[in-house]
Amino acid sequence: MIYSARHAIGKPVRGQTLVAHDGFSARYDLDRIKGVFSRATHKLAGQSYAGRILVLDTAKGGVASAWMLHEMATRGLVPLALVLNSVNPILVQGAAFGNVTMLVGFDGDITAQVPHGATVELDPAARTLRVL
Amino acid sequence: MKLDDEEQAMRAGTLGRVAQIAIEHQIRVGDFFGAADFVPVTQAHIMADTESLGESGVRWLEALADADDRGARVRIPTITDPRGTDFAKAAMLKQAAWMLTLERRAIDAFVRLGVAMTDTCINYQTIQAPARGESVAFGDTGVVIYANSVCGARSNYEGGPSAVAAGLTGRTPRYGFHLDEHRRATLRVRTDFIPKSLNEWGALGGLVGRLAGNYWTVPYLEGLDAVPGSDELKHFGAAMASFGSIAMYHLAGVTPEAVAPALPVAHRIGQGDVAALQAAYAPQGEIDVVVFSAPQLSLYELRELAAMCDGRRFTRPLLAVTSPQIKPDADRFGLTKRIEDAGGHVLAGMCFYQSYAREIAEANGWKRLATNSAKLVNILGGYGYVPLLASMEHCVDAAEKGRL
Repeated sequence: MIYSARHAIGKPVRGQTLVAHDGFSARYDLDRIKGVFSRATHKLAGQSYAGRILVLDTAKGGVASAWMLHEMATRGLVPLALVLNSVNPILVQGAAFGNVTMLVGFDGDITAQVPHGATVELDPAARTLRVL
Repeated sequence: MKLDDEEQAMRAGTLGRVAQIAIEHQIRVGDFFGAADFVPVTQAHIMADTESLGESGVRWLEALADADDRGARVRIPTITDPRGTDFAKAAMLKQAAWMLTLERRAIDAFVRLGVAMTDTCINYQTIQAPARGESVAFGDTGVVIYANSVCGARSNYEGGPSAVAAGLTGRTPRYGFHLDEHRRATLRVRTDFIPKSLNEWGALGGLVGRLAGNYWTVPYLEGLDAVPGSDELKHFGAAMASFGSIAMYHLAGVTPEAVAPALPVAHRIGQGDVAALQAAYAPQGEIDVVVFSAPQLSLYELRELAAMCDGRRFTRPLLAVTSPQIKPDADRFGLTKRIEDAGGHVLAGMCFYQSYAREIAEANGWKRLATNSAKLVNILGGYGYVPLLASMEHCVDAAEKGRL
């Protein structure tokens, strides 16, 4: 199955998904030292995000993620890619600064279409997500 | 993106490597959003606490500052959001030496880039509010939503690297809230609740933000039969931005561009909804610390707080955080002394959640935190706190009695 995004940035990647209809903010939701979702009310609370392709609803909260994705990448505790229904400029700026692959904007709710734990391939140049 | 001659020179490196790095970053972001060109900006405001930057971010700043070329200075007035410490209070917070070292390195790099270390998230109250139609590159969600919604200025959320880039190039990609089509209201919300305190203004803003849900939604709020002041709008907007990542709202009589959308009312908010949001954050019980921050306190908030502190003796730490511009006046007018005589602390130039909140919680044994900031309670859950949202008066009571 192939899904087309309206916006994309970054390099091609392949990895395993972590899917939830919830938001994403590096400051609000993560314990960046341990590399896990730490907000108790987040649907992925307690799960490790390092090296995973996060498929989530939208960007939440403030501006810190623009720095934090870069900082997380230098310590090797960063998501492999972000796939979102919608995004704010902060995550895009963070992805551009931290060289994190991102696909945004699909027909329908992408969190309801891509299976949790699936292996997927992202091609930002073609703006596609392929479930393998 | 269409580039003018100067932008092409920046991209080619003719104006120095630093300007080239900056504009390349901006073009990547602009291309993502389909920006047609750049828009000149008059001010940039950088969020850059070192908890967010980390060692790698500080090194990036130092590399820019070390570059020996004429593009390595900001071109427009460029200021900073709160830092990760108040050096005069770092020992009281039990911040580690490495945190202060990282802060000093970041400050040194910013100064060498020509950035003014204002260290404030209330620059619209303390430095210079932008005018209607003025395009700016602001890097704090509360600042952006105030600039767009109250001042009628134009800004997207500009994260640290992008705000640095805007300062260095004097421009930003023209997308989002720089465009008329994104500034129109898209969601109609009605309320019959009139907030009476800052925590209630924040809770109402948080509810609207939660309902609006994402950056591109512009809520129009009607039925609010009140004329809020700057501090009320500060808490209202900061919470809306925090809960919903919202960058602009329309409030009739306040927002210069407010126009009711030709849409049915999508949501109604009543007193019960506001009470429910506040109740969702542990409404009572033992507390470890009281914090007034996020956004930094105005002189009038400190005045109100000082009056509540008179004659009290706190049994729990009470932290009141303001800007470096307000603090000298608070000292001159005796407000700092009145708060500190009761056992409180007045801090300047930082913000609580941007100051290694997780580490200082562990160092001080702080878990249950009382505040009147809806924005702060929304953020601190991820840092392991149990936040309690209450009025300033009840928080001061809690600092004395040890419980809400």
